[in-house]
Amino acid sequence: MQLSADGVTQAWRYWLLRYRRTWRGTIVISVANPALFLAALGFGLGKLVDHEHSAYLHGSSYLAFLAPGLLAAAMMQTAYIESAGPVHVSARRAGVYRVATATPLSPLDALLGHLLFIGFRILTSATTFAIVAWAFGAVPASRVGPLVLAATLTGLAFATPVAAWAVTVERPALLNGGFRFVIMPLYMFSGTFFAVAQLPGWLQAVARCTPLYQGVQLCRSVSLGDADPLAVVGHSSYLAVLVVGGLAVGARTFQRVLTA
Amino acid sequence: MGILAQFVFCGYMLAVCGGAVRLSGVSVSSRTSVVSARGLTKTYPPGKAGSAFTAVDAIDFEVHSAEAFGFLGPNGAGKSSTMRMIGCVSPPTGGTLQILGMDAADSGKRIRARIGSVPQDDLLDPELTVGENLLIYGRYFGMSRIAIAERSAELLEFARLTDKADARVQALSGGMRRRLTIARSLMNTPDLLLLDEPTTGLDPQARHLLWERLFELKRQGVTLVLTTHYMDEAERLCDRLVVMDHGRVVATGSPRALIDTHVTREVLELLIEPGTGAAVAARAYGVADRIEVLADRLLCYTDDGERALARAHERGLGGLDALVRRATLEDVFLYLTGRSLIE
Ligand SMILES: Nc1ncnc2c1ncn2[C@@H]1O[C@H](COP(=O)(O)OP(=O)(O)OP(=O)(O)O)[C@@H](O)[C@H]1O
Ligand SMILES: [Mg+2]
Repeated sequence: MQLSADGVTQAWRYWLLRYRRTWRGTIVISVANPALFLAALGFGLGKLVDHEHSAYLHGSSYLAFLAPGLLAAAMMQTAYIESAGPVHVSARRAGVYRVATATPLSPLDALLGHLLFIGFRILTSATTFAIVAWAFGAVPASRVGPLVLAATLTGLAFATPVAAWAVTVERPALLNGGFRFVIMPLYMFSGTFFAVAQLPGWLQAVARCTPLYQGVQLCRSVSLGDADPLAVVGHSSYLAVLVVGGLAVGARTFQRVLTA
Repeated sequence: MGILAQFVFCGYMLAVCGGAVRLSGVSVSSRTSVVSARGLTKTYPPGKAGSAFTAVDAIDFEVHSAEAFGFLGPNGAGKSSTMRMIGCVSPPTGGTLQILGMDAADSGKRIRARIGSVPQDDLLDPELTVGENLLIYGRYFGMSRIAIAERSAELLEFARLTDKADARVQALSGGMRRRLTIARSLMNTPDLLLLDEPTTGLDPQARHLLWERLFELKRQGVTLVLTTHYMDEAERLCDRLVVMDHGRVVATGSPRALIDTHVTREVLELLIEPGTGAAVAARAYGVADRIEVLADRLLCYTDDGERALARAHERGLGGLDALVRRATLEDVFLYLTGRSLIE
């Protein structure tokens, strides 16, 4: 397994060059999306919910409760969209990884360069999302920075395992299936819109084990400022293990698929 | 091509070649071995449905410095699989492979740095422009911005794509893409150039132009390894070649030597009605050393075509259109890759 800093950089710059054509559109989306969600759910639905002064909301407004959860879920979604389809296509017969690996670049260079770009996309989306949330008054300015870091970690915890898997996928239908049957349920049941404690007991236990739950909890406690240091370490470690595990498996699957 | 067109074409060639850019930096002259394969094998792992498949089956060959070496063979013979192993993108599963004095098993990166490669499917980036495709590729080889700009300009000129530099690859014709792929393969000024069916999809003029360019590269000391389905191309370009079939090498030699060894000097072709091959062949039995039946022709192999023609007349086959020609690689290919033969 070969790795060179220069190779990774050049692989990364390839994705940046491509991104130059579409970045404006993605910025619009990454501002408009959270704005719409926060307005509709935070303000609209929130009015209904806040009446109850529910303990489930950590004693905050529904908007402040929702924003970090939504951010974590959105980063999972961004990570999936950026790493499932593009990695799959790039690894196929005439894909861009095939070009790179005919040059001094190694499969590992191609993987890390692409992940750097995906990480960059997650970081920028998390930043615009957090700024929009701040503009809505959902998070104080002083916690925007830590919240962005927590959300980026959440996204990466999905990006590396998904990339490791997507490179091996031969039928694109599988990628859609993954979105529909894994990502969407996670989105709904990981404490994004309501506290997991409100779920029936057995579902609660399942929900607490999911990576998105860990990300949501991390983001929410950072954003609301009631973080228990031990819990933060716990959630972060869980996510970090996914990031590193995804990298380790990806190094193998990329090597295997790209040198068939 | 008409005389006038040929004249114009030659003039064009002279103009282009006269101001030719030096496309390579190598100046190796000794007859060292650039690629050396012993028992080279590629077995693909079993897919979802089938079992493991051996596409390249323990082949031996030697490519010398500054020669043009060809792989000839029918579809599925294992040519591309062999090319990908030489290109160090697909590891051999058996045997040894030395390239540019290094072992393919552990020096892939250093070898790839000195190789130019034209894969069978272009592998261009349709999302990017022509110029950007070259830029990305140059970067992969660690070239500086300035070096990339200079080299790109030269190579776009070479591929006659200068006016397309800013066009998206999506908008190029198939032949233009092929030319761009070839230009791209020269970005890193390679010592060894791998061309997997380089002229498939090119119009005749572009093909001839490419041949000229390949000759020029060869003169500069670049070693060429190519595959092709065009026998005239193989005959013109290759100093030596191997004929592959079912993953094995069935013959090796210069085009001339292969013709001399495997087929007779001349061929009598008899044009026949489709479906009448077997009957006509039965009547023609004995007019030549060997007869091969194709869908629309009988190929009669003999060292004296005129005499065979006279004999065919004696057998009452005078009514068929006939022609006598020299044997070519095409005949060697047909013979070696085993079409139905009637001895
Ligand atoms: N990645 C792969 N996995 C499994 N089998 C493969 C793979 N690539 C090629 N093959 C098989 O190996 C055999 C040789 O293929 P290859 O592409 O080397 O042939 P080729 O001589 O280049 O043919 P063509 O003239 O059609 O380009 C074929 O039967 C093909 O199906
Ligand atoms: Mg091929």
